[in-house]
Amino acid sequence: MRRAYFKTSWIAALLLAPQLLIIFVFFYWPSAQAVYWAFTLEQPWGGGNTWVGFDNFRNILSDPYYWSSVRVSLIYAVAATALAMGMSLILAMFVDRQLAGYKAYRVALIWPYAIAAPAVGLAFRFIFNPNAGIFSYVNTVIPGLWDPTQIGWQAVVTIILAGAWKHVAYSFIFFLAALQSIPRSLTEAAAMDGARPLRRMVDLQLPLLTPTVFFLFVINITDSFTDSFGIVDTLTGGGPFRATDLMVYKIYSDGFRGFDYSGAAAQSIILMVLVMALTFVQFRYVERRVHYT
Amino acid sequence: MAEIAIRNAGKTYGKTRIMQDVSLVINNGEFVVILGPSGCGKSTLLRMIAGLEDITDGEIAIGGQVVNRLEPRERGCAMVFQNYALYPHMTVAENIGYALKVAGMPKADRLAKVAATAQSVGLTEFLDRKPGQLSGGQRQRVAMARAIIREPKVFLFDEPLSNLDAKLRVQMRHEIRRIHNQISATSVFVTHDQHEGMTLADRLVVMNKGTIEQIGTPEEVYDRPASVYVAGFIGSPAMNFLPGRVTDSRSAVVLDDGQTIPLVSAIKPAAGQMVQIGLRPEKLTLAPLGGGALAARFEFAEELGSGRLYHLKIEDVPVSVMAAEKHSFVEGQTIGLRFPNDAVHVFDGASGLRLDLHHAPAAALVSA
Repeated sequence: MRRAYFKTSWIAALLLAPQLLIIFVFFYWPSAQAVYWAFTLEQPWGGGNTWVGFDNFRNILSDPYYWSSVRVSLIYAVAATALAMGMSLILAMFVDRQLAGYKAYRVALIWPYAIAAPAVGLAFRFIFNPNAGIFSYVNTVIPGLWDPTQIGWQAVVTIILAGAWKHVAYSFIFFLAALQSIPRSLTEAAAMDGARPLRRMVDLQLPLLTPTVFFLFVINITDSFTDSFGIVDTLTGGGPFRATDLMVYKIYSDGFRGFDYSGAAAQSIILMVLVMALTFVQFRYVERRVHYT
Repeated sequence: MAEIAIRNAGKTYGKTRIMQDVSLVINNGEFVVILGPSGCGKSTLLRMIAGLEDITDGEIAIGGQVVNRLEPRERGCAMVFQNYALYPHMTVAENIGYALKVAGMPKADRLAKVAATAQSVGLTEFLDRKPGQLSGGQRQRVAMARAIIREPKVFLFDEPLSNLDAKLRVQMRHEIRRIHNQISATSVFVTHDQHEGMTLADRLVVMNKGTIEQIGTPEEVYDRPASVYVAGFIGSPAMNFLPGRVTDSRSAVVLDDGQTIPLVSAIKPAAGQMVQIGLRPEKLTLAPLGGGALAARFEFAEELGSGRLYHLKIEDVPVSVMAAEKHSFVEGQTIGLRFPNDAVHVFDGASGLRLDLHHAPAAALVSA
């Protein structure tokens, strides 16, 4: 790899400055502030704070609402990830087999990734609206069958579907790239050995995809914890009755609706540690995965 | 019985025609080598037999059954790929036994058969390794074993030796021929290496630009090349070509510089016909001038150890001579060339086809 060297270090510093400034202002500063708040009791309207040590954490961890938020976050993360990865794998395999029209599919499947989470949420709000579209019809046939604004598990299903839909595109790109990096002659050899397409998928393509599966699993789980805010906010607002109060959303609602800055700060520290742990797992294992020659 | 009959086969990708009107019958148990430069369609033809490429024109029959619309697994062919195409996540044993596993053979039988096959190609001690831990030659053996274990009717080889070093290549060449003799399947072997073709083949098929130039035993192809193309492709160093015109008496050819080469009576060109005279470097001998010897100008010589390759020119046409004797000529010196009369190949100047093609002995005729 070519590297540029600067004779005077101040040029390098100058070139780095904008990026460092952005990271500092938007990441390190707020993070440091959050750490500080997590250990103090902050007054909602400003005007001083008191050092309270781990009291904020003790309060959160003994709060049943917090644990139900953790539970639904895990359900959401695992279900949305599994659904998104499963769907994208199937779609990628179809595109890889170059069935008719695969070029159009390829473009269409990448699009959702370019759509902002609130827009996805809004779209799904129409789709799952009990009074409009397909579900209004369902509800006329069997009244009250579908209403995510009233029935908790239906609200959870709704955000899972929306979140999975948004993540399909990202996983799809990686799966397709991984599938296309499997030499065609391997598939051909398996075809000569008598394996039908489905058998080849199970015996050949899936095992060779394991590094990609692992990578995407970690990325998708991490994303589900942090990137789900927009979807929850537009689709359910955390309700009904906190049924979809994901960790990231609870931070927002506790902090900015409930004015519990300190509690929200402590929650965000917990979430930050969780994401850092996942990132660590990813760097530690994904980078060293078995690579086949 | 697995005779392969290819009838007027052709291949087009979209509007690009890359192969046309290929007809060839490969007899049961025969070892046929398809030889040609890269891009001549030889691998495509092999893959059409295997079922990995659609047959867009004509038909291919294996053992009397037309296979145009059959899946690869239904054709009873096994294939050895150029890059071996071993399954990287499976052990050697799993690689070799995969076809049997797919076919649903019970595990005990399968393992016994894998062990026996591995033994026959000398892989017993590597059965638990992954392909990534093997050398090129060992991978090649795994690919062979994977093909053998299915006891195929037809064995297809797609340039299987091109990734090996020279010494291993010769060794594997013998191995392939040995295995062919042992299992008595019909083998089709694709290569661009004429030495592989000459040494392995019962019959050679020389292809060029998607058509067959010649079909014959290695000897026939070498002794009676059907066209300028085949003549230039087979033989190393390559055949010399001298353009000339047939005399009015039709018994000799006058070269551009006025020298004449007598023709044997079997060749019947038209008077005044433009021809290409082909002379193999190893059939030419260096001789004193005069007495009917062809005069040529010496340019330089290459040392081969066993002999020398002399580069000369007749007018502006390069001529090379392979000789065991070591002369020290000076550049520009005129030297005489002699050759037996039957070493003269005559090709039509325009079409490049051999003139006495149809006077060939019966055995040389295409059996297709």
